[in-house]
Amino acid sequence: MYLIQILLILFFIFALVKVSVRYKKGELKIGVFIGWTLFWIIAGIVAIIPNSTSYFAGLVGVGRGADLVVYLSLALIFFMIFRLYIRIENQEKNITKIVRKDALSDKK
Amino acid sequence: MILVVVPAFNEEKKIGRVISDLLKQGFSDVLVVDDGSVDSTSQIALDGGGKVLRHKINRGQGASLETGNEYARQNNYEFVVHFDGDGQFNPRDVIIAIEKIKKEQADLLLGSRFLDDRSQIPFLKKKIVLPISKIINYFLTGVWLSDVHNGFRILNKKALHSLQIDQDGMAHNTEIVKKAKKNKLKIIEHPVEVIYHNYGQGVLGGFKILWDLIIK
Repeated sequence: MYLIQILLILFFIFALVKVSVRYKKGELKIGVFIGWTLFWIIAGIVAIIPNSTSYFAGLVGVGRGADLVVYLSLALIFFMIFRLYIRIENQEKNITKIVRKDALSDKK
Repeated sequence: MILVVVPAFNEEKKIGRVISDLLKQGFSDVLVVDDGSVDSTSQIALDGGGKVLRHKINRGQGASLETGNEYARQNNYEFVVHFDGDGQFNPRDVIIAIEKIKKEQADLLLGSRFLDDRSQIPFLKKKIVLPISKIINYFLTGVWLSDVHNGFRILNKKALHSLQIDQDGMAHNTEIVKKAKKNKLKIIEHPVEVIYHNYGQGVLGGFKILWDLIIK
């Protein structure tokens, strides 16, 4: 096993622990908890058996397993940025509503 | 009943003059929406005879105007004038504009710097930025106007109740025109004088508006 594999696995374990702690504190819903747990476990399997991605890469027409991982990761990251952007926008609108309500109720 | 809404952010040096000029023109209801200023804007506005609504934190010009509009809806005003707080508009233009919107039975009046030659528009803005902006504005709103984004406008009651400003930043200018067109409101333009104290929001500000309109 290469050093990078060990480091990645340690990081994934750390991420799993963080997810579990946040779930126990009630900060994560069950669906989100399961989703992230599966994500980090799959990432761990890929780190231990790098060739496991080659099979899926071949299925979808990507040459190398590593490339498939990069493509999927990028797609996931962009999707998450989009989700975060929408969430932040909604929060901004809600903040404006609260500030407006406060201003209107306190006219000088 | 006419309400003049003046959005202001850190305008302590100019807001007093703006209010006194508007009051001198006979507008008794001048509402300053202080958008989270950290200077004495609110106090000076109050001392000057204006009404004041204060955003506790800065939310942008569009948000301030919508706060003013909401106040007007709640208090049953017939007309709302949007008038910048930095002293760039001529208060005398408001009286003539009010007469015009009434006479032409329009719903929305937009100020234009290009319908007379009083405004000394900076060269780059006049020859490059504004012509390009006008074309972009046309594609975004479907309304061809002689000017874009100068902040002077009057809404009648119908416009006030059918237009809600959702763009907190500067993109509200385009948003208002777009919604007016969608709601089949009668839009007219009126010449206004704009006195330039500085360059304004510049080209980067224009890109920010475009970004807001596309993304938000």
